[in-house]
Amino acid sequence: MDVNEIRAMEQIGFPILTVLIFFPVLWASLVNLIKDERLAWRTALLGAVVELGLAVFMAVSFTPGVSDIQFAEHFRWIATSGVDYHVGVDGISVLFIPLTAFVTLMVMLFSWTTVRFRPKSYLMALLVLEAATMGIFVSLDLVLFFVFWELILVPSYFLLRLWGIGPERQYAAVKYVMYMLAGSAPMLAGIVLLGVNHYNQTGTYSFDFLDLLAVPVPLGLQTAAFFLLAFGLAVKAPLFPFHTWMPAVFMQGPIGVGMFLAGLKVGVYGFVRFTLPLVPDAAREWSWLIAALGITAIIYGGLIALVQPNLRRLLAFASVSHVGLAMVGVFSLNVQGLQGALLLIFNLGIVSTGLFFLTGVLYARTGSSELSAFGGIARHAPLLATFFFIIGLAAIGLPGTSGFPGEFLVLVGAFGVHWALAGIAVVGVILTAAYFLSYYERAFLGPPVVHERRIPDLRLRESALAAVLAVVIFWIGLFPAPFLDMTSGSVQALVERMN
Amino acid sequence: MPIESIKPFLALMASLTGAALVLAFRARPNLREACSLAASVAQFLLVLSMVPPIMAGDTLHHTLFSFLPQVAIEFRVDALGLLFAATASSLWILTTIYSIGYMRVLEEHGQTRFYALFALALSATMGLAFAANLVTFYIFFEALTFITYGLVTHHGTDESLAAGRKYLGYHLGTSIAFLLPAIIGTYALSGTFSFQAGGVLSAATDSPVALTIIYFLFLGGVGKAAMMPFHAWLPAAMVAPVPVSALLHAVAVVNAGVFCVFRVILDIFGVDLLRQLNLGTPTVIIASVTILLASFYAFRLDNLKALLAYSTIGQLSYMIMGIALLSPRGMTGGVMHLGVHSFSKITLFFCVGLIYLASRKTKISEMNGIGQQLPWTMAAFAVGALSIVGLPLTAGFLTKWYLLTGSLEAHQLAAFFVLLVSTLLSAAYYLRIVRRAFFAPTVGEGRPGTGERPEVEKLLERAEEAAEAETGQAGAGRVREVSYFALIPAVVTAAITVALGIYPAFLLKLVGQVFR
Repeated sequence: MDVNEIRAMEQIGFPILTVLIFFPVLWASLVNLIKDERLAWRTALLGAVVELGLAVFMAVSFTPGVSDIQFAEHFRWIATSGVDYHVGVDGISVLFIPLTAFVTLMVMLFSWTTVRFRPKSYLMALLVLEAATMGIFVSLDLVLFFVFWELILVPSYFLLRLWGIGPERQYAAVKYVMYMLAGSAPMLAGIVLLGVNHYNQTGTYSFDFLDLLAVPVPLGLQTAAFFLLAFGLAVKAPLFPFHTWMPAVFMQGPIGVGMFLAGLKVGVYGFVRFTLPLVPDAAREWSWLIAALGITAIIYGGLIALVQPNLRRLLAFASVSHVGLAMVGVFSLNVQGLQGALLLIFNLGIVSTGLFFLTGVLYARTGSSELSAFGGIARHAPLLATFFFIIGLAAIGLPGTSGFPGEFLVLVGAFGVHWALAGIAVVGVILTAAYFLSYYERAFLGPPVVHERRIPDLRLRESALAAVLAVVIFWIGLFPAPFLDMTSGSVQALVERMN
Repeated sequence: MPIESIKPFLALMASLTGAALVLAFRARPNLREACSLAASVAQFLLVLSMVPPIMAGDTLHHTLFSFLPQVAIEFRVDALGLLFAATASSLWILTTIYSIGYMRVLEEHGQTRFYALFALALSATMGLAFAANLVTFYIFFEALTFITYGLVTHHGTDESLAAGRKYLGYHLGTSIAFLLPAIIGTYALSGTFSFQAGGVLSAATDSPVALTIIYFLFLGGVGKAAMMPFHAWLPAAMVAPVPVSALLHAVAVVNAGVFCVFRVILDIFGVDLLRQLNLGTPTVIIASVTILLASFYAFRLDNLKALLAYSTIGQLSYMIMGIALLSPRGMTGGVMHLGVHSFSKITLFFCVGLIYLASRKTKISEMNGIGQQLPWTMAAFAVGALSIVGLPLTAGFLTKWYLLTGSLEAHQLAAFFVLLVSTLLSAAYYLRIVRRAFFAPTVGEGRPGTGERPEVEKLLERAEEAAEAETGQAGAGRVREVSYFALIPAVVTAAITVALGIYPAFLLKLVGQVFR
């Protein structure tokens, strides 16, 4: 894979990616200094908006259809160990930068009315989480990637523990961190293995993505590295059977964390960014295994979601199912499957944000996420019902919504591998339609459940947020070509490298 | 020869604009209805303007934009698509006029939503009819499902929601489980999504087993065509208001399903490939079974709308049988029936609605002597019924003639007999109604047959009671024509049915173009 680099200073005149990573951190410290709570909220919001603006600016300045790394910055960091500060974006990562900023902004806007306890600390944790996630998406040095990967755990832990809504949030927070650490230990081993291989081949240590690409890796080592990396990534993704942390976190944690974890699939990204290009032969050899796990996730997640009365648990298992579908797309190892998978997790970002947002609204109104507290909501809250329906349609992948292009391409890609793969994936789509529509009907349609007070409909601010999401869903759904163009160059190059 | 033209897209936009205007003028019903009507006329004129080039043998093309790397949203107008579009758009005009009468007499709620969804449904229909490739087709196909769901569940009662659930289940289930894989399979084998006259698949390069599987996936994927066993949504959908049943479940939705079968047979597989693979006969068998079972079941029914629903199920399979005969006359009959059945069936639905408006009666056993009280309505009903049965001088006779001779042409004697038997059966259950209406004394004879009432009738009765409870309409007094807005379209469609029967040249020429 001959990949060129375009330096940030040449392309755009300033180190935009570094700014995107560190601006939220600096802004968090600014927020900390502000005494007045309301001003702190507004300042944090401003920071999130600025970050989103920067991210969109970057995406718009991105040259689509090429496989070059763009906006690259490369500095020596730990010279003796070959660890550099190397960041850049290409077709594979470019969509997720604005997505991260967008999700952060949505979380902040949602939390505006719901987070009462120590809001400044909450905002700071959120901003740091955003910064670390940005770092993950732009890192091109494996150790740097790992640093950000671990850094995510710190704000996540505090967000879960201090602002979670479930009674067992302490337990959930600890469980989450333990799971992630357990997963990342083998991942670190895999990274080290690749770095050592580089030393054996060239005499110097390097963990830089481009350096590692150029160095041949013997098959035995590839296999070991593949499994080690895959283990860590699979825990985060989450890929069946490493998904068990997700329902607990969704049930116990705050809505914002749910949006973040459900919406930003760094695990799947890691597979595409690092595993496939760095250990291609092992990836090809073991693709059947990951695809099988993906298939299992699709069916398992879908079936469990079908019988969930709790909306958050349902969303957790829906997320598991969709990640399964994305992994099937990734490990189809063809252009359609990979492009479809990237678009699919991009869509997941939007859909998860939306559904969690509305789940949070329902929780705030009724104090519950259980089906027993819902029923006939559409009668008194038609806006809420309508937006929930639209976002759900995007989750199902109805043509015209953002879910369809990704889902369709994954199916085409899967079919290219084996028709049975596509067949089972289709069953997953049906399951999604089944669990969503049946839950929607029981929760929103029919006669209203007796409450002391009627559920008020979405207020203006909430409606505006939901409307933005709906617009994005239809925009991407009707005009996916520009988004696909952005990813095409790098995906092509990746597939060529795999073959 | 392909000609570049934006007209297909404009036709789609006409109804889309209509929907927007309807929403904009929700507070002013007369203006709102006028916009709906204007949009329907505009759409029909646009469709009409595409007739001359198609008759001359050209096709119209327009690419909207690239959707995925492999495929774009593209339109292609050929004779088949134009036939479908012309039928749907012309009947939209008449249904709008009918709806004005019907919905206002009943003082129905949610009329803005009704007219807006109707316009959207017509947009989806135009998109389907003019789709140049399977992906464009699929997008509008699914859109139609959801838009019409809103119309099926119009009354909002438990029964209509239950019917809507069934509707969605059958449509979404079959299209995701079967149609989507079939589309992807086609792409995997042929490398393209586009419709091409003569087919894009070929036995030379692809395994017959794979082709057969894909073919049956396509057949299963069109739940809208109501082939058994995927037909149960149609009777359930009769809980919808009569205009919905008339246009959508006699014209747009069901025709979309049959249209898909036509496209698959003519432009994906091609007649020659189907002959090679011997896939025509199994299709004829499926269609025949559907026809016979639907016809026999219809006998037990007392509820008029339920009867029409099962009649439609049978008639749709007439069209599929016709095309599956793979003989020139058979295929001509099948395609022609797409248009003919629409006009005949919509007449029947219009009349059923008129009877309800005038008398709140919905059952055959209540029809005694109603012909004296509603002469124009029942005359139109009789015309529609006779066309479905296939009496000479009606359009239905023409298609039946082609189907019968087509089955002989294809040496399918079984199909010939199925057609004959079903004609006799439909004559029996339709003429029974006509006889009661005109020749029975007004004191009732009671409903025919004994035993357990069919599910669909119980469902419809509960739905009617619920709807009536909502609108607060009690039984009417003297039975007489209540609305000219509703009556005139029925008479017009009946007249067209006769006109096409007497002077079929235009229709035959258009259908002829399909097979050139």
